Amino acid sequence: MASYAAVLIFLLLGIGLVLVTFFTARLIRPSNPYKEKNQTYECGERPFGDSWVQFNNRFYIFALLFVIFDVEVVFLFPWAVAFNQLGLFALIEMVIFIVILVFGLVYAWKKGVLKWV
Amino acid sequence: MDIRSAAIDLGLISPEIIILASAMVVLLLGTVLKSRGLMAFLSLLGLVVGLVLVLQQWSQPQSGYYGMVLKDNFSVFFSVVFIMTAIITLLMARDYLIAKHIDRHEFYTLLMFSTVGMMLMAGSTDLVVIFLGLEIMSVPLYVMAGMNKIDPKSNESGIKYFMIGAFASSFLVFGIALLYGASGTTDLRRIMADFSFLKMQSELLLYSGALLVMTGFAFKVAAVPFHMWVPDVYEGAPTPVTGFFSVGPKAAGFAALLRICVYGFSGMAELTAVFWLLAVLTMVVGNVLAIFQNNIKRMLAYSSIAHAGYILVALTAGGEGAVSSAVYYLLAYMFFNLGGFTIVTIIDSRTGSNSQIDEIKGLAGRHPYLASLLALFMFALAGFPPTAGFMGKFYIFSEAVRNGFVWLTVIAVMNSLVSVFYYLRVVVAAFFGKPDQEFSPVSFSPALFIALLVTAVGTLALGCFPGYWLELSQMSMFPII
Repeated sequence: MASYAAVLIFLLLGIGLVLVTFFTARLIRPSNPYKEKNQTYECGERPFGDSWVQFNNRFYIFALLFVIFDVEVVFLFPWAVAFNQLGLFALIEMVIFIVILVFGLVYAWKKGVLKWV
Repeated sequence: MDIRSAAIDLGLISPEIIILASAMVVLLLGTVLKSRGLMAFLSLLGLVVGLVLVLQQWSQPQSGYYGMVLKDNFSVFFSVVFIMTAIITLLMARDYLIAKHIDRHEFYTLLMFSTVGMMLMAGSTDLVVIFLGLEIMSVPLYVMAGMNKIDPKSNESGIKYFMIGAFASSFLVFGIALLYGASGTTDLRRIMADFSFLKMQSELLLYSGALLVMTGFAFKVAAVPFHMWVPDVYEGAPTPVTGFFSVGPKAAGFAALLRICVYGFSGMAELTAVFWLLAVLTMVVGNVLAIFQNNIKRMLAYSSIAHAGYILVALTAGGEGAVSSAVYYLLAYMFFNLGGFTIVTIIDSRTGSNSQIDEIKGLAGRHPYLASLLALFMFALAGFPPTAGFMGKFYIFSEAVRNGFVWLTVIAVMNSLVSVFYYLRVVVAAFFGKPDQEFSPVSFSPALFIALLVTAVGTLALGCFPGYWLELSQMSMFPII
């Protein structure tokens, strides 16, 4: 049980540290809010409108397709790093993996979800 | 480490590969060709080839992928159950899907994807692979539950199943993480090998992990108190899909649970008490609530909860005999439950059907053979001889008594008596019920005929000649490789 006491202390310390830093920062920082500063940061673009608007739910399917290929890249990276050691077999395996994902893309395409009507 | 050695293992998962490949072919062809019958046929072909390949692997245990995939008799036995379930579901679904205007090729694809997930679940002792299989199984099921897009109930069913499934998965993953924290491995065989040492070192982690994993699977096999989703999901989903739900994921959940509990946690004697409580609650709640149902799908949902309870009795008893009795029961349950669902599907295919028990009234007058088959399946569910239901229950209860769980067996037998009431209610409605209006005839197809034939023959064969099947289920006990 004694080993869990360490976990508890660590937990409390972790929470405490966050609170302390936030509180001290609040005490010592200058406060100078103005309009541009309070704007939403959108990677340097000039923001327009509110983010609380209704989205076209067609975006959902694009996001879904994006996520699949996003995750695919995660699998491609370790393979690419160790490419020299893995050789031909791994190359074929990777091609099969991508072909399986392409199956999904072709299905989505054929179903017409990529068309923006 | 030679990566090429993995290539040899491709033969090991050839059934999975075949079924997956045919699923993808059907998925793509279906967008080009309009013939849904061809899609159904291709899917059936893929499943049958998969079945043949699985049967080749019987009684030659091998493992591969660095011990992550295991093809022993246990996994082969369960794979056969899963593929058979998928085949029977496919056969019974076709006419229903056409009648309800939801005959989409995605149904067949999802069915096969889900089957592959189940096969992975049964074919591993590694918790990560079991979890992976569980997710591959579950995600298609959520979609299948919501297949009937214009039916609000089907939508509700899909959403509910998805929410509960995600919730249950989180329990499971957390449990696996804790077990990994306790033991440094996700392989159940290694956890078991070092069990006494691990127990000394990190008992708390090990037990909380084990309990969380059990909770996750209790959701999947619908054990009380983790059963609340079952009636709504079963009622809303298209009827053949409900049939698939009540057998496939349940059998897969039990396959994983059997492996984990008998393999990994065999040293945790304290878990017996947890299983005892789960079994009793599941049987009592399932059977008592089934009495009050007027919707036949809800009734069968509660009945499937009750059957999970009987199998939990076998898990409580523990030991080789009890595990093989659970395996036998699952095989028998597949036949008679799918048989029952086939008939409910046939009756549900009529327009305007609401799957109320009253709608069965007058079935015997119009379709005497169908009514007799319905009676056969209901008798099997209730556990009458000479059906498979009787032998299954007899085997489980005798194992429980042999291991000293007399009270548990008494409760189980009493529950089994209670269940007779609501099963016979259906039979009485079919044979003696006076229909309010003329019983509108149902349509028959060769596919439905085959589905009924297979399930009826299976129900009777397991009941009349149990010796051979008992031997098979005993042989499917997992040898330790």
